Amino acid sequence: MSRLDELSIEEASRRLASREISSRELTEACLARIEVTEPKVGSFLEVTAQLARQQADDADRRLAATGTRTSDTTALTGIPIALKDIFLTKDVRTTCASRILENFIPTFDATVVARLRRAGAVLLGKLNMDEFAMGSSCENSAMQLTRNPWKLDRVPGGSSGGSATCVAAHQALGSFGTDTGGSIRLPAAFCGVAGIKPTYGRVSRYGVIAFASSLDQVGPMASTTRGAALLLQTVAGKDPLDSTSIDAPVPDYAGAIGTAPTVKGLRIGIPREYFVEGLDADVEAAVRAAIGKLQDLGATIVEVTLPHTEYAVATYYIVATAEASSNLGRYDGVRYGRRRGEEQGLRDMYGESREQGFGAEVKRRIMLGTYVLSAGYYDAYYSKAMRVRTLIRRDFEQAFERCDVIATPTAPATAFEIGSRTDDPLKMYLSDILTISVNLAGLPGMSIPCGLDSAGLPIGLQLIGKPLDELTLLRTAAAYEDSCHWHRVSAELKP
Amino acid sequence: MPLDENEIRRVAVLARLHLGEDEVARLTGDLGRILGFVGKLAELDTSDIEPTSHVVAMSTPYREDEVTTGGDPDSAITNAPRRDGHYFVVPRIIE
Amino acid sequence: MSAARSYYQEGGFETVIGLEVHCQLATASKLFCGCSAAFGAGANEHTCPVCLAMPGVLPVLNRCAVDYAIRAALATDSTINTNSRWARKNYFYPDLPKAYQITQYEQPYCEHGRVTFDLDGTEHTVRLTRIHMEEDAGKSVHDAHASWSLVDLNRAGVPLLEIVSEPELRSGAEASAYMRKMRSLVRYLGISDGNMNEGSMRCDANVSLRKRGATTLGTRAEIKNLNSFRSIERAIAYEIERQAEILLGGGAIVQETRLWDADRGVTRSMRSKEEAHDYRYFPEPDLLPLVIDDAWIERARSELPELPDARRGRFVTSYGLSGYDSGVLTASKELADWFEAAVAAHDNPKALANWITSEVLRIANESGAEGETDFSQLPFAPEHLAALVRLIDDGTISGKIAKTVFSKMVESGDDPAAIVAREGLVQVTDEGAITAIVDSVVAANTAKVAEYKSGKDKLFGFFVGQVMKESQGKANPASVNRLLKERLDG
Ligand SMILES: [Zn+2]
Repeated sequence: MSRLDELSIEEASRRLASREISSRELTEACLARIEVTEPKVGSFLEVTAQLARQQADDADRRLAATGTRTSDTTALTGIPIALKDIFLTKDVRTTCASRILENFIPTFDATVVARLRRAGAVLLGKLNMDEFAMGSSCENSAMQLTRNPWKLDRVPGGSSGGSATCVAAHQALGSFGTDTGGSIRLPAAFCGVAGIKPTYGRVSRYGVIAFASSLDQVGPMASTTRGAALLLQTVAGKDPLDSTSIDAPVPDYAGAIGTAPTVKGLRIGIPREYFVEGLDADVEAAVRAAIGKLQDLGATIVEVTLPHTEYAVATYYIVATAEASSNLGRYDGVRYGRRRGEEQGLRDMYGESREQGFGAEVKRRIMLGTYVLSAGYYDAYYSKAMRVRTLIRRDFEQAFERCDVIATPTAPATAFEIGSRTDDPLKMYLSDILTISVNLAGLPGMSIPCGLDSAGLPIGLQLIGKPLDELTLLRTAAAYEDSCHWHRVSAELKP
Repeated sequence: MPLDENEIRRVAVLARLHLGEDEVARLTGDLGRILGFVGKLAELDTSDIEPTSHVVAMSTPYREDEVTTGGDPDSAITNAPRRDGHYFVVPRIIE
Repeated sequence: MSAARSYYQEGGFETVIGLEVHCQLATASKLFCGCSAAFGAGANEHTCPVCLAMPGVLPVLNRCAVDYAIRAALATDSTINTNSRWARKNYFYPDLPKAYQITQYEQPYCEHGRVTFDLDGTEHTVRLTRIHMEEDAGKSVHDAHASWSLVDLNRAGVPLLEIVSEPELRSGAEASAYMRKMRSLVRYLGISDGNMNEGSMRCDANVSLRKRGATTLGTRAEIKNLNSFRSIERAIAYEIERQAEILLGGGAIVQETRLWDADRGVTRSMRSKEEAHDYRYFPEPDLLPLVIDDAWIERARSELPELPDARRGRFVTSYGLSGYDSGVLTASKELADWFEAAVAAHDNPKALANWITSEVLRIANESGAEGETDFSQLPFAPEHLAALVRLIDDGTISGKIAKTVFSKMVESGDDPAAIVAREGLVQVTDEGAITAIVDSVVAANTAKVAEYKSGKDKLFGFFVGQVMKESQGKANPASVNRLLKERLDG
């Protein structure tokens, strides 16, 4: 690899530490790559070039002052990354890809952002997404279209579409997204990168614009599992500002993966409910091949069952929209955000600001969520969904009595064509059919590339772990990666 | 799940969305189909099942009672669409 | 109204009242963020991203607020639920920045309590349905512009207790007495300043009427904006008549929220809030369940201060006061503290109690706001009152002179001994001086002396009065009596 922007995070980190390259050089390489590729891909809502150069120079000073890695530098010092536009960044416009926040300038950093700044990471900019993270294709952005770098007429997946495309197109070495029902794993699979959604509570949600609070979780994307591990360990851990963040030690994931991770003795569960009708043949073949590879590497394959899988999408769309309808009440045009209709009085100001500020999918979900919580329907929908959620959690608890990791496809098919599902919300919702249960159960899940389909589009292998056991996921993924080449195949930005 | 346009209008009032008539019609269809789909949960007997509202099995943590924030009304109103001094301004509220 | 009133007074209807008392907890910071909870600051001075409901912010619970809430539960003999939950109550209003209030709904931390209070010498007990914690909303200012309202979020997120009574109160007077007891309790507990003027304590009343003897409840109206004891009594009295009038006219009560308009003395329907009360409560996902274990409860119990009923009992047994006086003195913690400070300075509790319940309370009520007894405004300290009683007890001044000294204390705030010295009010006990006055009075009234000696005993009082007058009230009455008797009878 000669181009700096194509380096993995772990390799760039090594070269920065040894002063073979500077952060400024690396950052300039990414900015140049963004310049060239952005017209085709459209990952960024805002490129913070000036801030990035300044942070890169700061990082270089830190690296120079110490010479070697000491307490002042981290594995991320000088590494250029980008953030989904759902993370609040002090003094950098944060829109959540919504008109209602088109001019919103946060006065503080999300905890994740503060930790990344402290670690010395370089912020290249803010990434496109589905508005308020509601979508599976990135087509619900109110701002722009983002295209899949593998085939530009395809969606990148969503909602963290820009987070996947910026890594796949080598615009940034890594990125962060959020995952409420598959929003990291699905675009990671569609764009052929590694993405992990940690255990609910592993990473602080403070300063992350809420979609569905009991499901939202922050996670990284990178071209390699080790890169994702470095990103994750920088931001994970208890945050006193997030009451739902878990007070548990965060392992040195990258260190624990090491240079020769093994899956010997690992029990990998294969849930039969994830390999049924509608699963694309190429996807099934690639995923089964990957499982076979893991078996070759010493893992034991066991069949498990997750019987309530078929109820997951329905459960999710009740729980998530109910929470969203409440979370999005604050966009009322009073303290920030777009205001319309104030001349007609308060009632119209609310109605017009929200009507004009939110896009169609956001309004659809607010309406659905409001409906399922409203008097007379709560028991039939919301209360019912919370109980089915318990059944889905139990499925996993029982499955994990028999295995250490569960392996499935990340999505039933590869990236679909732009515009092909926008008219049918239900069809779009079913894109997340294989990722949603993981959020309902609060478990860690990961997607890594495991092949290409006949059209040359990436296929994702999903690994699901026990609560707080991200390490086993990462180790399994790294062992697989070390045995194959899929993560080294680059998107070519073809039409 | 039968859903009529008046029901959609009722929900839109609760949600403070000024929907146009075409949107009311479209949402009536969309929500009707989605509710039909999620209605499949009724197949399951959940009478003995505890609801899951949180997946984290902990009790809520505390902060100590100390004043640590505030005193910056300028930044409080910096994104406000309309303000008067340090107040937010809204169309007159009629009780 | 008169027909309704007379029917009501003749006992045709029974009034059913339940109160929802909102009480601001006296924590330093807000319930879910680190902003000051203090009253009175510039607009939005006490705000941060959390209480402004900026995107992405999250609540973290104030431990002290829970401590205070536990005290309230213990003081009302309530059951504390080990596990309770937070809920969101969703509605749009400019002073509600998140468009939901974090409160407790299905599983409050506290249930099944009771409170006893005294009204006109009768003890009443009211059961409490529940107590829960919640956050306050901000404040809107409506009168600054013709077409705009101003929003200040300093109060948004301030911790409140909502104390919900069973519908067991029967009159405005009972409701008001219950509220007084509740305020006394929270002040004793040190969990709230109970200040109704500043809105730290306020209540909503659910009022309905039913035919006497009926077992089901009538349709109720919820009256909001009751922020003084007088408002509670007046609003409930008005509402009873309004409902009685409707019922007697064959009409039906509409279940609605009504606002008390103190200026016009009426309750009126809140039309803007009529539309769909559909709060869409659901469990707050950003806060995990609240767990209050036995250790926490026991620690709180051991730190509980003496409460009004216990203190009243102690005043009867330790100070020998009547139950009534003890009740008056312990109704407010400030008054009871004031009394005990005076007793500590001079050990004559009965005399001090008399002075306080008659003279001092009158002064305090005059200086305080409506319905408030304000001890901070008294011009003298409890030690001054103790000094005054000591001057009487050691014979330095007479009880009569003491009244004069007391008024001077109220005027000047001076020490009573200083007043007595300055005004020359020391009692004359010098028998030579008194004898001289006696002699001059006898000499000046020879005719009366003759009448007395001929058997008109009643004239003795006349001579005492003359001597006291000559001495400007300062002669020791006992000495005057004895010396006069010696002179006239001897
Ligand atoms: Zn605050």
